[in-house]
Amino acid sequence: MLTKRIIPCLDIKDGRTVKGINFENIRDAGDPVELGALYAKTGADELVFLDITATNEKRKTLSELVNRISQNINIPFTVGGGISSVEDVQVLLQHGADKISVNTAAYKNPQLIADLSKEFGSQCVVLAIDTKQETDGQWYVYLNGGRVKTDTLCTDWARQAVDLGAGEILLTSMNHDGTKQGFALDITATLAGTLSVPVIASGGGGTMQHFTDVFTKGKADAALAASIFHFKEIGIPELKDYLAGQGVRMRK
Amino acid sequence: MNLVIIKYNAGNIQSVRYALERIGATATVTDDHEMIASADKVIFPGVGEASTAMHYLRERKLDQLIIGLQQPVLGICLGMQLMCRHSEENDTTCLNIFDEAVKQFKPQQGTGLKVPQIGWNTISDVKTPLFNMVPENSYCYFVHGYYAAKGEHTIATTDYIQPYSSALHRDNFYGVQFHPEKSAVVGEKILTNFLKL
Repeated sequence: MLTKRIIPCLDIKDGRTVKGINFENIRDAGDPVELGALYAKTGADELVFLDITATNEKRKTLSELVNRISQNINIPFTVGGGISSVEDVQVLLQHGADKISVNTAAYKNPQLIADLSKEFGSQCVVLAIDTKQETDGQWYVYLNGGRVKTDTLCTDWARQAVDLGAGEILLTSMNHDGTKQGFALDITATLAGTLSVPVIASGGGGTMQHFTDVFTKGKADAALAASIFHFKEIGIPELKDYLAGQGVRMRK
Repeated sequence: MNLVIIKYNAGNIQSVRYALERIGATATVTDDHEMIASADKVIFPGVGEASTAMHYLRERKLDQLIIGLQQPVLGICLGMQLMCRHSEENDTTCLNIFDEAVKQFKPQQGTGLKVPQIGWNTISDVKTPLFNMVPENSYCYFVHGYYAAKGEHTIATTDYIQPYSSALHRDNFYGVQFHPEKSAVVGEKILTNFLKL
């Protein structure tokens, strides 16, 4: 049987792993390649590397980093952060990335998703959505790392992106991100229950029970978290043992 | 050892090269007929779309070359599917090394099973030295929307929507649907076994 996936996420700035709380307050959490290799050894099912560096040198440093990751890590990994063209993706795949994630650039130019899936296959195109539930109860799409609100509903954008060829959805709830109060179960279940592609839930994982909830109530195919792993609050082996004990299918 | 990875218009070739480096093997990535024909071992990887890939192979006459190879050949993912007879993906005639049809997974309403299959699944009924010391029901990493049915060449079985061939073998030709280069230590073991064939 196919298992649910546990995915540590490494936010990268200037070559170091960092983690913000509610998209701000960045703390240093070590060398991303060392950390990624450690996670791979201890049972992570996949890794996500998001580059939040915003300099001109970015493209070159990112492809060098991807190269190092690929040489040292024996599980699949996704790279994201500022990817906006077929050429960007070509370079990252040539350096060994398995999948890429797109966010703001894809929203501004949805054709990018179609172009990427045609060129490299849907399996390689992850659409990241940052979403926030407003006081009207609706979940809206946010851009630019959560700084810019749009009037588009998360469900509408996700459906459109899958029709265009996105192979997976990485859904981050801004209300929950960094809070350690649990994942956004409702919107995750809505997407996971209606889309034909896997949904990776992100934002809010703080206890092992939260992961059980996101897989059972949230129907997520995969769960992503950062600081609880980086700061060793929860170990991947103990988390997977716990989930298996709760009846969630896990790779051991 | 002279190890060659066939270069064509499919993704994921670098990952395979790096995975081989992690187990201490150096591979040359090439589409040069001479180099491929004279290699000790040949790997035919790939992630992509079947008809585009077959078109590219035919244009460069790599299709005829691959069919005639005598040394151990390992097809990975799309590579394995291209070694079958036919793929439903854009109704593509393939290399017919394995007399099997490649079909599209049909999503099953209400089961929660998505298409493509993405993630870790088990391999069972494993046969041939490719799986030496690989325990039954080991987990491997899969990403695919099409599958080869079970048949006489099946040497590993995986269950997703229905049981299908997660590995095939005939003579010197081997194919795996999963990605050994991304399947942690199990995948490294399988690649090491291939290099020893």
